[in-house]
Amino acid sequence: MRRILVGIKRVIDYNVRIRVRPDGSGVVTDGVKMSINPFDEIALEEALRIKERGDADEVVAVGLGPDDTQQQLRTALAMGADRAILVRTDLAVEPPVVARVMLKLIQTESPIMVILGKQAIDDDCNQVGQMLAAIWNRPQATCASKVVIEGGKARVTREVDAGLETIEVDLPAVLTADLRLNEPRYVKLPDIMKAKKKPLDITDLATIGVEATPRLKILKYEPPQQRQKGVIVKDAAELVAALRQKGLV
Amino acid sequence: MNRILIVAEHAGGMLNAAVAKCVSCAASVPDAEITIAVFAADGAAVAQAAASIMGVARVLLVDHAANEPALAAVLAPQVARLAEGHSHVFGPSTTFGKDLMPRVAALLDAAHVSDVMSVESAQRFRRPVYAGNAIVTVEAAAGEPIVATVRVASYQPAAQGGSAKIESVKLDLAPPTHTRFVSVSAARSDRPDLQTASRVVSGGRALGSVENFALIQGLADRIGAAIGASRAAVDAGYAPNELQVGQTGKIIAPELYIAIGISGAIQHLTGIKDARTIVAINKDAEAPIFEVADYGLVGDLFALIPEIEKNL
Ligand SMILES: Cc1cc2nc3c(=O)[nH]c(=O)nc-3n(C[C@H](O)[C@H](O)[C@H](O)COP(=O)(O)OP(=O)(O)OC[C@H]3O[C@@H](n4cnc5c(N)ncnc54)[C@H](O)[C@@H]3O)c2cc1C
Repeated sequence: MRRILVGIKRVIDYNVRIRVRPDGSGVVTDGVKMSINPFDEIALEEALRIKERGDADEVVAVGLGPDDTQQQLRTALAMGADRAILVRTDLAVEPPVVARVMLKLIQTESPIMVILGKQAIDDDCNQVGQMLAAIWNRPQATCASKVVIEGGKARVTREVDAGLETIEVDLPAVLTADLRLNEPRYVKLPDIMKAKKKPLDITDLATIGVEATPRLKILKYEPPQQRQKGVIVKDAAELVAALRQKGLV
Repeated sequence: MNRILIVAEHAGGMLNAAVAKCVSCAASVPDAEITIAVFAADGAAVAQAAASIMGVARVLLVDHAANEPALAAVLAPQVARLAEGHSHVFGPSTTFGKDLMPRVAALLDAAHVSDVMSVESAQRFRRPVYAGNAIVTVEAAAGEPIVATVRVASYQPAAQGGSAKIESVKLDLAPPTHTRFVSVSAARSDRPDLQTASRVVSGGRALGSVENFALIQGLADRIGAAIGASRAAVDAGYAPNELQVGQTGKIIAPELYIAIGISGAIQHLTGIKDARTIVAINKDAEAPIFEVADYGLVGDLFALIPEIEKNL
């Protein structure tokens, strides 16, 4: 079976205004809306499209996190994933741990491809895909904006600082999704009902044999330095005069 | 002694300006000895440029046909090999560095810190999370190797005038063949580069079409600025992806940033936090961009851009 594994992370919704807790221990999460990391949604959408084109047979959504991650995995199933696996942990897991968990699952699932989001919008690390590719000793194609599968290979267009780069990788490989790879589909109500019957297996870190030992201690969270609000100028002439006075134009 | 290895980014025989910023970051680690590693097909000129950055002790040049164009899967094992004996390995937080450095960190089983914005000690760093809405201080265990990307907008480039010695290194590593470069489409332009420009004019969704986006180009050319864009403008095809500014685009720190028809979503603002002066032009007086703008001008951009040009 040609299988694709997709990583699904539960994060604070991108529309939520983030506030740092006064004691610096983290950010406020009580009563805050949680969602699938937007890049993971794009990764899942791509996996579904690859399957719909006939280049894969099964899409498996993998979550690593607290029990509530089941909500995001149910959404993934409603979008079209065939089944889901939750590796449960209440610890904050760092990218190397996520990579090791994925590698464990790769060993039992033997996917042709793993598609992840290029970064999570909470820790903004942009690390897991590359780390997984390294320890799996397989190719990586990060920041993908176009994917074409052909004869055991993937041709991937990547968003890079210079513009668009295209590389070819042998499968299996790790891909990470950038914003413009696709536009994820909306979930329809019947799909939500159907998703309830799809398999969602729950395991935990200890069972699959991965330790979550942190490599980096987080000492504190701080709010960023705020910019001072400036002035409203009345017209273009006043703006240009102000910039000229500062030597900016 | 902290021995820091910096991986040089380069293209077309030119050293990327981000490298001198990585040197500034590395120099802020106490008791640092800085080495730059150049992986290239024929990197003599790039190595020369690296050697002339102040504060660099030596440059290691690894020439191999497979090293250009750079592929993370090809470079990572070589970086990992050269990292032996170093306490830190740094790279820029550009798409090159972000692709490569986590792969290096995994090979070395090192702690990995993305987007270092300040160095508090040899093990302790500050970095942005949540699109820059929080800053965390992280610490690696003493004695552990550290791989990091440097948030280049947080650093000034180290000065020129150094004269580090250059050593050629041969690594007996067979490059992997599972990853192959096909092509890169980079728009060549005579305009200043977005990442290093001192002035940037950016356009948003409000421009409404590719043709209208030319207004942004016109103003940028008048003041010698680079062009930027919001995600909405890039998604709509008004501007190419490499011009996107923000959380998932470029993080920039120009002297002057002019945002035109951009609402100021947090994902956009995180890319311009370090700009010296921000100007916002928007017809909605309540747009969040005005919260961070030093100068705000409320009105229709199609009327205001010509007005501004007239006054220049
Ligand atoms: C995971 C994720 C990552 C993202 N990363 C980025 C990123 O890196 N960079 C980024 O920019 N965005 C990013 N976004 C998108 C971001 O949330 C916003 O959707 C986007 O920045 C909006 O672009 P905009 O300001 O051009 O458009 P809009 O929000 O639609 O704003 C258009 C503005 O133009 C004004 N306007 C309209 N007509 C006129 C006129 N005639 N004259 C003057 N003003 C006018 C309006 O008042 C409005 O304020 C990201 C989103 C997500 C979910």
